[in-house]
Amino acid sequence: MSGHLPRIGRRGLLLGLSALATLGRSRLALGAGPEGDSRLVVVLLRGAMDGMAAVQPYGDPELVGLRGPLALPEPGQEGGVLDLGGFFGLHPRLPKLHAMFGGGELMPIHAACGPTRSRSHFEAQDLMESGAEQRLASGWLNRALAGLPGHEEGANRPGFAIGADLPLILRGAEPVGMYAPARPDRPSPDLYARLLELNHADPLTGPAVAEGLRARGFTAGVVPPPEQRGGFVELAAAAGRLMAAPGGPRVAALEIGGWDTHNAQQNRLRSVLAQLDDGLDALRLRLGPAWGRTAVLVMTEFGRTARVNGNDGTDHGTAGAAFLLGGAVAGGRVLADWPGLAEGRLHEKRDLAPTLDLRAVAKGLLRDHLGLPEAAVAAAFPGSGSIEAKTGLLRA
Amino acid sequence: MISAGHIAAVRFGLGPRPDQPPVAGGPEEARAALLAQLAAPPDQAMPPRDWEQEPSVADGLAIQQLDTRNPLPPGTPNRRVAFYTAEAEAYFARLIGTPTPFRERLVAFWANHFTVSRREGAVFVLAGDYLRSAIRPHVTGPFAGLLKAAIRHPAMLLYLNQNSSVGPDSAFGRRSRRGLNENLGREILELHTLSPEAGYSQEDVTEFSRLLTGLGVEQARDPRGTVFRAANHQPGEKTVLGKTFPPGEDSIDAALEWLASHPATHRHLARKLARHFVADDPPPEAVERLHGVLRDTGGDLGAVSRELVSIPEAWDPPLGKLRAPFDLVLAAFRAMGAGPERAEMAVNSLNPLGQPLWSPIGPNGWPDRAADWIHAEGMMLRIDRMHMISGVFSRRDAREALDLTLGPLASEPTRLAVMRAASNREALTLLLGSPEFQRR
Repeated sequence: MSGHLPRIGRRGLLLGLSALATLGRSRLALGAGPEGDSRLVVVLLRGAMDGMAAVQPYGDPELVGLRGPLALPEPGQEGGVLDLGGFFGLHPRLPKLHAMFGGGELMPIHAACGPTRSRSHFEAQDLMESGAEQRLASGWLNRALAGLPGHEEGANRPGFAIGADLPLILRGAEPVGMYAPARPDRPSPDLYARLLELNHADPLTGPAVAEGLRARGFTAGVVPPPEQRGGFVELAAAAGRLMAAPGGPRVAALEIGGWDTHNAQQNRLRSVLAQLDDGLDALRLRLGPAWGRTAVLVMTEFGRTARVNGNDGTDHGTAGAAFLLGGAVAGGRVLADWPGLAEGRLHEKRDLAPTLDLRAVAKGLLRDHLGLPEAAVAAAFPGSGSIEAKTGLLRA
Repeated sequence: MISAGHIAAVRFGLGPRPDQPPVAGGPEEARAALLAQLAAPPDQAMPPRDWEQEPSVADGLAIQQLDTRNPLPPGTPNRRVAFYTAEAEAYFARLIGTPTPFRERLVAFWANHFTVSRREGAVFVLAGDYLRSAIRPHVTGPFAGLLKAAIRHPAMLLYLNQNSSVGPDSAFGRRSRRGLNENLGREILELHTLSPEAGYSQEDVTEFSRLLTGLGVEQARDPRGTVFRAANHQPGEKTVLGKTFPPGEDSIDAALEWLASHPATHRHLARKLARHFVADDPPPEAVERLHGVLRDTGGDLGAVSRELVSIPEAWDPPLGKLRAPFDLVLAAFRAMGAGPERAEMAVNSLNPLGQPLWSPIGPNGWPDRAADWIHAEGMMLRIDRMHMISGVFSRRDAREALDLTLGPLASEPTRLAVMRAASNREALTLLLGSPEFQRR
């Protein structure tokens, strides 16, 4: 069927419209909360999620040729992607997100990118969080807090960082709260693997790291034991619990690493996508009725190369995928102005070309979801005058 | 020899800070900067929280007495624990920022040589002053001065039970039927000065312990501090390794000075210094050079410290020693450019890594060989703690930190791992968890 789809041009065509028909009653039951009670969660995927794996454009005829072993079967086949309306498919490790899509609460976003054209993690993450084309000392979500309607000096802190670290996106003049679970904040399994790699040749530290990881239940391939998998799920559940309370924080940011899949991408992604899927669902469940007033923006610093590399992985690219989800989101469709994967359409002949600046989505959320006045939106994203806030992201 | 400035900062210092980058230039410049630290005036006083001045022994003992006589309600932390915490944080605030890290390394080395431990309760209230008055002023002076100051300090006298040692034939001994406690006498000979290789006998230990009787601590009333109680002093001459001392307080200093100048003491100190600053199993030539300086100068610790930085083996190969947790934690916080407000976190970081401040297990102090510190779960705890630190300082530019702390000492894999990390924080964890950063 994909072969019959027209090439989708730069028309902001919204795919997956058919899914709207399947919306259940839950949407009505949740409804909109009192004015000013909306919730916004930003989830940062550090390390550059491969958008073409998470949201695979299986309908693009170039995909299999570029991706080879990384291309997953089409929907309905064994191990196939989960259909998003005839052109894109979700990675099969995202079943809970797919259910949200079916319920009209998930809007995958594609061919999108932050304000960067650098392929450096550090720089791109900083710009994504600065919300600008140069590094700023504060993050856009912190600046947005200043413009929150009803925000008074000295009132309960409306912004919260979930985790041991205060990310740049929430740093700045506005005081924000922090919540970290009592459990120690340990490196992710992927980072442990890198530390093992870094130390393995050392006669002193190498054997100690290897033995220590084994003793903690990591096997030779550094597969995380079950109790280590829950880090993000626990954080997301904590975010949901905190934000569910009336008068609780309205804005939160959390993050999950492990996306830098230069090799053995299929294996690496399976585990981290499952964490993301479980975590976002835990957030939904813990928010309870507040989910209906919630929008969650999940984004990463850039996408990865269109082609598979020599190690069954992908390298640093440009545009990729993001997710917008929540009871307040007009989901059940994919937001993408798909540029296509043909040689001439690729950015610098290697990357998915960006057709959407994620700042447009973020600005739309600040204005239409949190109710920030235009001036406050502009202050959150300085120098972005040419990027218009996206409309239609939220339910009427 | 590559990047002498970096080697100097990790081998002889506590690691570079952004405001204390490695000295540019070659080995001569690096050496000169280290020697300048030894000649520099003492760091300014850094009183603990809630203190206008640095507290004295008398202050500490008064706090301890107050805790005993007027205990706070259950569930309230002891005053002495709060006092200890403030002292520990003041010490670490100093270490995190000190512009004379070589001097502070010597302070830590000699404090470990003359170990006192919180395993004896009084040390809670005395450790701060012990470093300030018994150790720090003496690390570049004559060893005899350091020895006398350390042994006579109430922290040492209480830690090694000298306060309860009584000459059996002294007035008080005859009256009370109390007797000798050989703990301090034995450890001075075994650990602080001669070492067993000098071949002293049990009779030497007993005689020396008799000689030390009378030395004690007044804890209950002013003036609190070290005292000599003539009524507790064992009468008669004492003979230690063939050397005879008359009765009386003056013989204590005389005996300590004699031990400080003993050739066996110089050999012992030379070995320990070389093990700490050069290698776990130091080359004999390095030990011999240090020994020669101590012998020729009569135990001048300034001279032997200056000699240390001239030993070629102390510079090459670089990174030959594993950092003990104390060194690792300080190097990490300094690399992050931490301010004094991070002292609490830094002190607390020592606990999970097995080197809680001022708490060694025995009077022989913390071990000084890699094999004593490296084990599987310990290594994991190091990595976890480094990851925690990188989370606190996640905005510290990892590539800058790499160049600052390791520079050309970084291996290619470490450099690549930092450059290619998926986030700045992960890059910092990789830097702090790299094999090079575990070393000095």
